[in-house]
Amino acid sequence: MTNLTHMSIADALKGLESKDFTAVELAQAHIDAVAAAKDLNAFVTETPEIALKQAKESDKRRSAGKAGALDGIPLAIKDLFCTKGVQTTASSHILEGFIPQYESTVTANLFADGAVMLGKTNLDEFAMGSSNTTSYFGNVVNPWKGADGKDLVPGGSSGGSAAIVAARGAMGATGTDTGGSIRQPASFCGIIGMKPTYGRCSRWGVVAFASSLDHPGPFARSVEDCALLLNSMAGHDPKDSTSAQRDVPDFAAALTGDIKGLKIGIPKEYHADGMSDEIEKLWQQGMDWLKESGAEAVEISLPHTKYSLPAYYIIAPAEASSNLARYDGVRYGLREDGEDLREMYENTRAAGFGDEVKRRIMIGTYALSAGYYDAYYIKAQKVRRLILEDFDKAFEQCDAILTPTTPSAAFPIGENEDDPIKMYLNDIFTVTANLAGIPALSVPAGLDANGLPLGLQIITKAWDEETAFKVGGVIEEKAGFTALPQTLAQKAA
Amino acid sequence: MAQLTKGKTGEWETVIGMEVHAQVIAESKLFSGASTKFGADPNSQVSLVDAAMPGMLPVLNEHVVEQAIKTGLGINSKVNRTSVFARKNYFYPDLPQGYQISQFDKPIVGEGKIEIDLKDGTVKEIGITRMHLEQDAGKSLHDQHPTKSYVDLNRSGCALMEIVSEPDIRGPEEAAAYISKLRMILRYLGTCDGNMDEGSMRADVNISVRKPGGELGTRAEIKNVNSVKAVQQSIDFEVARQIEILEDGGEIKQETRLWDPDKNETRSMRSKEEAHDYRYFPDPDLLPLELSQEQIDAIKKTLPELPDEKKHRFIGEFGLSAYDASVLIAERSRADYYETVAKDRDAKLAANWVINELLGILNKNDQDILDAPIKAEQLGGLISLISDNTISGKIAKDVFAEMYKTGNDAAAIVEEKGLKQVTDTDAIEAVIDEVIAENPDNVAAYQGGKDKLFGFFVGQVMKKSQGKANPAAVNELLKKKLS
Repeated sequence: MTNLTHMSIADALKGLESKDFTAVELAQAHIDAVAAAKDLNAFVTETPEIALKQAKESDKRRSAGKAGALDGIPLAIKDLFCTKGVQTTASSHILEGFIPQYESTVTANLFADGAVMLGKTNLDEFAMGSSNTTSYFGNVVNPWKGADGKDLVPGGSSGGSAAIVAARGAMGATGTDTGGSIRQPASFCGIIGMKPTYGRCSRWGVVAFASSLDHPGPFARSVEDCALLLNSMAGHDPKDSTSAQRDVPDFAAALTGDIKGLKIGIPKEYHADGMSDEIEKLWQQGMDWLKESGAEAVEISLPHTKYSLPAYYIIAPAEASSNLARYDGVRYGLREDGEDLREMYENTRAAGFGDEVKRRIMIGTYALSAGYYDAYYIKAQKVRRLILEDFDKAFEQCDAILTPTTPSAAFPIGENEDDPIKMYLNDIFTVTANLAGIPALSVPAGLDANGLPLGLQIITKAWDEETAFKVGGVIEEKAGFTALPQTLAQKAA
Repeated sequence: MAQLTKGKTGEWETVIGMEVHAQVIAESKLFSGASTKFGADPNSQVSLVDAAMPGMLPVLNEHVVEQAIKTGLGINSKVNRTSVFARKNYFYPDLPQGYQISQFDKPIVGEGKIEIDLKDGTVKEIGITRMHLEQDAGKSLHDQHPTKSYVDLNRSGCALMEIVSEPDIRGPEEAAAYISKLRMILRYLGTCDGNMDEGSMRADVNISVRKPGGELGTRAEIKNVNSVKAVQQSIDFEVARQIEILEDGGEIKQETRLWDPDKNETRSMRSKEEAHDYRYFPDPDLLPLELSQEQIDAIKKTLPELPDEKKHRFIGEFGLSAYDASVLIAERSRADYYETVAKDRDAKLAANWVINELLGILNKNDQDILDAPIKAEQLGGLISLISDNTISGKIAKDVFAEMYKTGNDAAAIVEEKGLKQVTDTDAIEAVIDEVIAENPDNVAAYQGGKDKLFGFFVGQVMKKSQGKANPAAVNELLKKKLS
């Protein structure tokens, strides 16, 4: 039998359909892989019983000829998506033990298509972080190892999802991307991650970090798989007022490989200071591949790029400071008693939130305060508009934009911890697409000198995920990225 | 005309602006599908959104928006084509989200005005600054347990309209007239039931005093003013308090004060320095609310006739006095009732019967006109019987009492009890002849100049006819016979 955990979703669906294996076998293989990858600390909660139960039902549906689009495919769910009857923590102590009585729209869509849930993956607390080190449940370890064998971060915030997909513990996963939280970990772990257009996937039932920037999206090991997952996750949801009333196209059908005549924008402002030659070279390589396939390179300008991180670090904390006010110890989650109400609030939130969350709540509270609101929040919103206009202008000249996903490969756990600003710089290439609400895909394109994966990012205009998938598919094919994380390569050997 | 208060140092003018919170009549809450019914068991009408569970999102109730548009038009105010929901951030256990979704710098309704009617018959305009939509909070219960507080979230998320007036109100009478008029308009529109006992209408009153025509004084905001009486009492108390401080050389502190209806006083809640910084910002979970002119115009067409228009029409069309008209229009149901009674009948007579007889007995028995045992058509039937001389006004009162008791039609009661008025002159003449024959002494005295005895003869005739003789005919025939 083929190695069930190394297949693509597309192949697994074929295998299930031709009865090469059952959904139960597929689930069991992944449950075993998850157990073997325990050291990665990728999950907050594993749900093997649920996976097997869902797999059994999937097999029944398939034999009855009623299989859904993802029937029997084992997935990992970021622990920011509320799952009915299954603990949902946002990797925060304040929500430890919280069991939602409702299912997020995105996971409900996946399950309606027959997907199987392996568990809830670890993340940076409330999705705030780029390294997965802010989780209350401990950091996730990247299955890729440093040259010296050091443990590396998987990226964040969706680090557990990216790590387990890279480690062949799940065929795909859900993530959320507020400033790069899907694309950066995808790049660090050598897999594909897609942040779709704002409003494409419902936010209902996703624990909110920054409402206007939060984008649910998929992880997978192939562009096609990513497209299949997004097809299932996306769609209008009347329960989310910011969800778009648009039909969902067949994203996988966009993977024609035909990019002849497409104009690919190369933003001159993305040649960031201190970016390594390797990344610069890989970026050039990516453009060359696209040219070989008939695309044309266009230099474009996104002049307000340098203001994007500062604007992001006002808007996201401002929204977060308000969104996280509901965790007050009154109705659910952690409560630490006190002498009076105020003390109960203080004790609960002091014990329940980690340092990074507290830092952002304080920044956001400050930015919204009387006397500072105009100088910070309003100004940041103006910058956001300018960034959106930058993209609008750029897309008059090109069909897609190619950039590196991250300024570096995965770094050792513990690095950048002393300097939040340095940590925030991880998002420098990704955050603009969140501010503009437009689609962006990260595709692994090569390895750095230490043998660590690096990703390229394809950004397209709103609602044009199809072009991003199409261009990403070409990079995927040209790059022929088959390297396995060292941990797996050793096992295979 | 400004109402002035005499102090030790001369006269003072009171300046008042009001913020009225009115709960919108709607089946479900502002941003969730939970029911809004009053009086349900605690926490039985709470959706996941109302309880602010993680990941829950608000979805705007379109019916509430229509109600707000209706209200804006009804208080002669500008309906804004674009408005924005904003978060007002503060912590309290009965505020599950940790913020109230409200409207801040872009409310759904802008400037306007309403007219208030004063006791001296004058009419005054009170400016409306704005009206916005917002969520209500839940209720904290502090008296259920010795050491714990309980929270009831049934009210959490219910839609409120906050209607803010200009500081155009000059005293307790005007304040009472303002809130009564506002309540009347909202009830006419069907956008708020105006039930102050159940808290579906509540007022915050901003009060300051100044020397007439002088600069505005520092104001105090009085909260928890939940009846028309409390509005008046709290103003009386607060004006006296402020004048006393000022006349003793003190200064008024800008602060929020709480009205205590048991002790009849206001007391300090928090000073300006302790005021919250609410950190308002546009709610990123909700798009700006865009309204089309067509939508606003369509709602305008559905507006009912409002109290002022109705009052003027009643005066013009039915020839009623301003007082009668204002009594009849006080409630839409009352005005509708009256119009049914008055249709194709003597409108003034109808007004008298509705106001004096019907409202009299309903008030006595604490009944609403909608529950009156006599339906409008039935009272109209009674008026018709009076107008066509089938019965006298005096008999009509007995018939009315019977109608109220049994719910039967006037005509049926008159028929059954044989109360038809006798207008047949032969029959009346026969009775008169009998009376004259039985009272020869009085006849002689009358004819001898004792005019006052005429009433005696009338009484005797009426008595003999059991009240059914037409009084006018009796008068006429008696005069003829006795002359």
